[in-house]
Amino acid sequence: MALIGPNGSGKSSLLRLIAGQLRPSEGLIELHGGDAERSIPEQAHYQGHLDALKPSLTVAENLGFWARYLGGGTAGSDEALAAVGLGGLSDLPAAYLSAGQRRRLSLARLIAIPRPIWLLDEPTSALDAAAQERLAELMRRHLGSGGMILAATHGPLGIDANELRLGLTA
Amino acid sequence: MTALSALLLRDTRLAVRVGGGALMGVLFFLIVVTLVPFAVGPDLVQLRRIGPAILWLGALLASLLTLDRLLAADHEDGSLDLILMGGTPLELAVLAKAVAHWLTTCLPLVIATPLLGLLLNLEPLAVAAVALTLLAGTPALTCIGLIGAALSVALRRGGLLLPVLVLPLTVPVLIFGVAASNAAVAGPMSFGAPFLILCALSLGSLVLGPFAAAAALRHGLE
Amino acid sequence: MALIDLANPTRFLGLTARALPWLAAATALAFALGLYLVWFAAPDDYQQGATVKIMFIHVPNAWLAMGVWTVMSIASIGTLVWRHPLADVAAKSAAPLGAAFTFLALVTGSLWGRPMWGTYWVWDARLTSVLVLFLMYLGVIALWRTVDDPSRAGRAAAILTLVGAVNLPIIKFSVDWWNTLHQPASVLRAGGPAIHPAILMPLLVMAIAFLLLFVTLHLAAMRNEILRRRVRSMWLMQAHAAQSA
Repeated sequence: MALIGPNGSGKSSLLRLIAGQLRPSEGLIELHGGDAERSIPEQAHYQGHLDALKPSLTVAENLGFWARYLGGGTAGSDEALAAVGLGGLSDLPAAYLSAGQRRRLSLARLIAIPRPIWLLDEPTSALDAAAQERLAELMRRHLGSGGMILAATHGPLGIDANELRLGLTA
Repeated sequence: MTALSALLLRDTRLAVRVGGGALMGVLFFLIVVTLVPFAVGPDLVQLRRIGPAILWLGALLASLLTLDRLLAADHEDGSLDLILMGGTPLELAVLAKAVAHWLTTCLPLVIATPLLGLLLNLEPLAVAAVALTLLAGTPALTCIGLIGAALSVALRRGGLLLPVLVLPLTVPVLIFGVAASNAAVAGPMSFGAPFLILCALSLGSLVLGPFAAAAALRHGLE
Repeated sequence: MALIDLANPTRFLGLTARALPWLAAATALAFALGLYLVWFAAPDDYQQGATVKIMFIHVPNAWLAMGVWTVMSIASIGTLVWRHPLADVAAKSAAPLGAAFTFLALVTGSLWGRPMWGTYWVWDARLTSVLVLFLMYLGVIALWRTVDDPSRAGRAAAILTLVGAVNLPIIKFSVDWWNTLHQPASVLRAGGPAIHPAILMPLLVMAIAFLLLFVTLHLAAMRNEILRRRVRSMWLMQAHAAQSA
């Protein structure tokens, strides 16, 4: 589902609410068909404007930490790095990456650790055309295997999506 | 490797690689100890008498150094948001970060104590007592500091706020740490009583600290 | 009208607008009675002379210093557990008042002891505990001022207040312990030589007077804070309206 709306309409806040980073003052968020034992944030990936990367750790160390912390282990790390096009850069300190590469390393987290829900806040920013196409392919693959994506965006995502418009008056 | 040990390993790695690592705290400790004779005079008898107090004050201030970045760094690059989404309780996650801080900041201070004790003309028994009390008391300093770090996490110009919030709360630890050190040397009071109270303070703050810090983080992120 | 209606800020403003003049009058009366009793009814101390009468200001202030932190702690629980709309306001308004009473306790304690000690300050257990309490008040106030968003500041201050409430007995115990270590005899005894009726009555009246003073000032400060927040909301709405215009 694509969240569309002007700045300040609440797209980011909605994503953060589902991610468990904000607490709703009223109302309920429910998940149908997920794992009843785990909370929604534990079954979701969140990719916001920040990359959650440490410059002094290498590419592999950054991804490996999240893989271990968020569960799932480091088995899928190499494959994830290849999928985002950072295959040969495992031992490079993250400080040397460009902005686009940093964003791709951050997105590699979503591939390396399988979780059904993806919450993406303007995922195509900082990515060039080739990378955007790669991201669209990864999103298609995720949807194809039964996953769910909520993405806030200003421009086209490159895949078919239902739209949810926020904040626009008639 | 479990989630918590991954977090502990990451934080330890970061502390060692960034900004001079563990040695920065030791260097600050050394500088503070060096400043004192300039202020009170080089009389060795006097320095020996106030030595344990100087070491405790120096360690207290040095342990505050890396506290403000402890949580703020993760908040600024978005890591804290993701840490909330792991399966582990936030209380345990901040405790893991506190352990990493203690290992990389406070433990080196304890190890540096004998050298600095030499500068202050302390006898071996006094040095051992100070090192032991620091070992027992620095966990309390870290965990109390954790609360201050969590409260000031989102502030860009937090500056001196963290010490202002944390230092009054560390008064009991300081009192019993120095008292135990002095008691070991001079008597008449036993070393045991204040030392046990010091240990109790550390154990208590190992519970209160992460609990309050996690609450502060959750409330602060809304 | 139930107590819960006080939770509504508008009702609160209405109620306090009516109550405050009475409270102010009661405070003035209590002080008038108290000061009269202190001056004419309480005896001079055989050792300290008339300066012992500073005690009638010092002791109530010290009691209030602790009491206000208790009020803040209760308000903090209201903020964190029930999200009571006025809890934030109560806590924020109480902090500077508590700091002021603590400061007065320190100053009057210092003046009281000066003739006996020869200096304005000694590190005795009582004064030192109050000094640490003063620092903690200043810390809470600093936290309120440094965090921009009022509700976030309220929650942070609430946690700090509760952590402080847990720590204060520990700090008091440590400072007492430390003091006996270094100073075998305490020069300044808590209430004077003995509490006998001639001293008890004026002390209680002064304590009530100061308590009424706190309540009056606190409610007035809460009103100001509510109005301040309304102004802030209006500015925010103005900015938002301009953006979408």
